[in-house]
Amino acid sequence: MAEYTQAETGGTLQRPEGIRGIAADLSSDQRAFKNVSWGKAMMWIFLLSDTFVFGCFLLAYMTARMSTPVNWPNPSEVFALEIGGQELPLILIAIMTFILISSSGTMAMAVNFGYRRERGRTAALMLLTAVLGATFVGMQAFEWTKLISEGVRPWGNPWGAAQFGSSFFMITGFHGTHVTFGVIFLLIIARKVWRGDFDTERRGFFTSRKGNYEIVEIMGLYWHFVDLVWVFIFAFFYLW
Amino acid sequence: MAQAQAHSGQQHPVKLYLLAWGLLFVLSTFSYLVDYFGIQGYARWVLILLFMVLKAGLIVAVFMHMAWERLALVYAILLPPVLVLVFVAMMVSESNYTIFTRLTFSSVGL
Repeated sequence: MAEYTQAETGGTLQRPEGIRGIAADLSSDQRAFKNVSWGKAMMWIFLLSDTFVFGCFLLAYMTARMSTPVNWPNPSEVFALEIGGQELPLILIAIMTFILISSSGTMAMAVNFGYRRERGRTAALMLLTAVLGATFVGMQAFEWTKLISEGVRPWGNPWGAAQFGSSFFMITGFHGTHVTFGVIFLLIIARKVWRGDFDTERRGFFTSRKGNYEIVEIMGLYWHFVDLVWVFIFAFFYLW
Repeated sequence: MAQAQAHSGQQHPVKLYLLAWGLLFVLSTFSYLVDYFGIQGYARWVLILLFMVLKAGLIVAVFMHMAWERLALVYAILLPPVLVLVFVAMMVSESNYTIFTRLTFSSVGL
């Protein structure tokens, strides 16, 4: 049936390369992106829309920061942590960054083992990814608690421009929500992989369709995107 | 059909992912060191943006397999966000105007 033609047409249909390939993909009455399955294409399009959402958040933050005459709090000091009697600038954010990057690494390997149909390894790596993601959210909760106890609110903070508070809670809050949903998504797919749903072609409880290992890659796209967004937040919010 | 799909999809050597992972660690450390050593001014901007773009590129190209996707999909996904830069330019101009009016007409800075 139609849903099984994915990922196979590319091998049989020889398509031109480069700009001619794009023209061939988008012209005539045919499906664009050829051997890219609808699931993967739709995840990419969702991620594109999410890119605009996060783009607008960072833009709003830039506009707020550039248009205020009041001093912007120094993120390096705000997010410093005292470890062993020594004040380390931005250390919590750095650790969170490393944890998220590591979770992306384990996810990429899970995708690889998924296509090799190594159920155990795939599920284990996805679980590890979920644990790292949950750790990230936990550290973010700690960061929020610390800042709230120091008097940071969406309408103000003790160190300067009030817009700092609203930008902080909006941007990190929206990103944390994405990570949380990602962890849930990871656990659902890891369970399906572990149970062997994609080997026995068990039908999904919601869609009644047979899944395949490509869902691990699609899940991975979402997870890497969360890491990708953090790269920009790290640069623009914490380092600027 | 399920049998035919067993070996399809994005498959690349695990070594490649480990290399990207390592590079991301190194680049993140560099970003952190920019702040740790307190580099300021244009040097800070250049370094931060350079490490950011390199990290984003590695994630999208290797982890998200963009390097091996069809060109039609690559352009459909990567070109639209570039247009956000037009929006950035507009908002820079707008915020410059806002701060100008605030400093000129308002005694209380907000």
